[in-house]
Amino acid sequence: MSLFGEVPQATPVAVFKLSNDFKEDPNPMKVNLGVGAYRTDEGQPWVLPVVKKVEKIIVADNSLNHEYLPILGLPEFRSSASKIALGEDSPAIQENRVGAVQCLGGTGALKMGAEFLRRWYNGNDNMKTPVYVSAPTWENHNSVFANAGFEDVRPYKYWDAEKRGLDLAGFLGDLETAPKHSIFVLHACAHNPTGTDPTHVEWMQVAEVMKRRKLFVFFDSAYQGFASGCLDKDAWAVRYFVTQGFEMFCAQSFSKNFGLYNERVGNLTIVARDADNVRRVLSQMEKIVRVNWSNPPSQGARLVAITLNTAELFAEWKDNVKTMADRVLLMRASLQAKLQVLGTPGTWDHITQQIGMFSFTGLNPKQVEYMIKERSIYLMASGRINMCGLTTKNIDYVAESIHETVVNVQ
Amino acid sequence: MSLLKSSKVISSIGTFSPSLGVLSTRNSSWWGGVQMGPPDPILGVSEAFKRDTSPKKMNLGVGAYRDDHGKPFVLDCVRKAEALIASKQLDKEYLAIGGLGDFTKSCALLALGADSEVLKSGRNITVQTISGTGSLCVGANFLSRFHSASCDVYLPKPSWGNHTPIFRDAGMQLKAYRYYDPSTCGFDFSGALDDISKMPEKSVIMLHACAHNPTGVDPKPEQWKEIADLVKKRDLLVFFDMAYQGFASGDIDRDAWAVRHFIEQGHNIVLSQSFAKNMGLYGERVGGFTVVCNDAEEAKRVESQLKILIRPIYSNPPMNGARIAATILNTPDLYKIWLEEVHGMANRIIKMREQLAANLKSEGSTHNWQHVIDQIGMFCFTGLKPEQVERLTKEFSVYMTKDGRISMAGVTSGNVGYLAHGIHAVTK
Repeated sequence: MSLFGEVPQATPVAVFKLSNDFKEDPNPMKVNLGVGAYRTDEGQPWVLPVVKKVEKIIVADNSLNHEYLPILGLPEFRSSASKIALGEDSPAIQENRVGAVQCLGGTGALKMGAEFLRRWYNGNDNMKTPVYVSAPTWENHNSVFANAGFEDVRPYKYWDAEKRGLDLAGFLGDLETAPKHSIFVLHACAHNPTGTDPTHVEWMQVAEVMKRRKLFVFFDSAYQGFASGCLDKDAWAVRYFVTQGFEMFCAQSFSKNFGLYNERVGNLTIVARDADNVRRVLSQMEKIVRVNWSNPPSQGARLVAITLNTAELFAEWKDNVKTMADRVLLMRASLQAKLQVLGTPGTWDHITQQIGMFSFTGLNPKQVEYMIKERSIYLMASGRINMCGLTTKNIDYVAESIHETVVNVQ
Repeated sequence: MSLLKSSKVISSIGTFSPSLGVLSTRNSSWWGGVQMGPPDPILGVSEAFKRDTSPKKMNLGVGAYRDDHGKPFVLDCVRKAEALIASKQLDKEYLAIGGLGDFTKSCALLALGADSEVLKSGRNITVQTISGTGSLCVGANFLSRFHSASCDVYLPKPSWGNHTPIFRDAGMQLKAYRYYDPSTCGFDFSGALDDISKMPEKSVIMLHACAHNPTGVDPKPEQWKEIADLVKKRDLLVFFDMAYQGFASGDIDRDAWAVRHFIEQGHNIVLSQSFAKNMGLYGERVGGFTVVCNDAEEAKRVESQLKILIRPIYSNPPMNGARIAATILNTPDLYKIWLEEVHGMANRIIKMREQLAANLKSEGSTHNWQHVIDQIGMFCFTGLKPEQVERLTKEFSVYMTKDGRISMAGVTSGNVGYLAHGIHAVTK
């Protein structure tokens, strides 16, 4: 008789199962368009040249050790990370009303933000505040907020499957009818999984409604730099909302733009009314950090801090980021062109209009299954592909496979 | 141009000017009701220490090992492992949710021992966690979610300060059993047995595997045996916290004896391990959480649920520290060096205990300080009262936690005399 006799087998996290299945597939033509990690044109992971450089700097520095970081993390990481999101000249930073918590990746930053909001936002321990996540969204958003105690996690209209673009009217409509003080999780850029971002004008409309209806702004910024290749461009929405006077959270991930996936480098940037509010918020954040991980891991944060705070390294990093973004743009253009040449039924402009790592191809579940089973091309059931999985060597095979799939499977 | 046609957009342009938008709401914040949280009782001590400008200041707060010069100690095996790892030019791809396989295997092996039947039958699941805290967090939440028979967890009185908020935050009910006897500065064995005999069946009981934190008071093997028997009779779920394996006696097998004994006696325990202290990997956050299950099939089910739990907290754990630990544990030469270094750290602490007791005697203290020598591991429960602690901090710049706990690791041959002097001054 076991205490755990009744523990049911949980279904595996889809994106990781996909990678597992890909690994076990013996087909030499197989392509992994699943998990969101950058790949070179040789289909290999890429440790950024600037990262390799900084690692050597760290190894050579005998003054460094493995002591505990402060609860909120490495100070020079936190401040430089927030500057990346908000801009060097951000009025909020100048007015001393920005705080930050170093967290375990973007996930950890969302978690800390969610836990704080559940305890302190819209009353105390109010689990009933609705949390809105985009339809569709990164699947873990739902779990992060639900596990933080929020009982009402709902979708807001976002993706228009028919026109393969943003459902602005639906989005604004949900903002207008959301209960006051609802929390909205917004993708700062390179929306995951659709790759479809609002335009500047559309963001301004979103902000207007959110301000009027007193909705809480929680940005998820996992791809800054990766979307357009330019850090500032990709941060436009976040910075615009700051100029609009919002108090807000921004969960930042450095997994993709630094290629530091497994070192779990994240930052929760907090913009508040004034320094006193920031101070109190941070003191409560410490309590939450303490029961989850006590203090964050030092290696990745050190790497990022040294890079961001050293002029030549910062320049080199921006260059590395542009390299990645440019390759993605090239693959987008390539794929779209090939599908056009093949005469694949349907329109494929969304492939070049969408932005960032992912593309919502529009393939339906049956078509996805066909791609996986018959062509050994692994993509998410939603039709999401990771553009980074495409290379000059496999793009013809992928284009032909999409063509064959669309023609044969409805 | 279509911009100007939308009245909605015009009104938003009106509030575009930062000063206009902010002025109207400057004094109303979402966070107006957020109180200032009190500083962390343990980590807050270090922060206060940092602010102190006295040249004689001593940080005996957080349990981080210091060498005899009071400096942080990066183990030689760690540096060697780092060099090895650097030469391999590994990528930085995400780890699995459960962490680095090489690490989790060797982590379990370290705790359970090479002849462990549990390992042979594969009926444990061990996941990599964010050091000891992360392990306890995962464990507490796992029990809260899946141990439906009881939501009570019994902590020894006293226990590590962070145990309580971790379990409370996970939704468990905190209870206590007698453990420390202030009159002897030792183990209240009969009190513990008495309290355990009254625990409702299927309650969770937290046991410190070795080097009890904060008291440094461990049960003797014969006492552990009796506790194991009684716990089995009461049908309690055992949660071992092992943060100091190797640090207590200097011998990793000896320090894991209680854990292994309980398992041999048929307890399917859950276990938290930390490599912060015994490998000096504090800031790299290296730990493990183990569930000993009935069989491999059950272990698979439990594993799947642990992953579901971990994913919405931090997705997957950090690589750096786990890679270092795995390299040390799996490379015979490095493993040998590590055992020697752990032994060295434990020995230095034992020496400091002896010197502190001796110095207190020569200061002329008439109190019995035998417990300073009898207690084991990083911490010493001095027996100082909060007012005495406050004086020690204010007058001598000696920083420690209010409960009278000092980290022996912060004591050196250079400052042990000063410490004895201060303790004597506030207790005479």
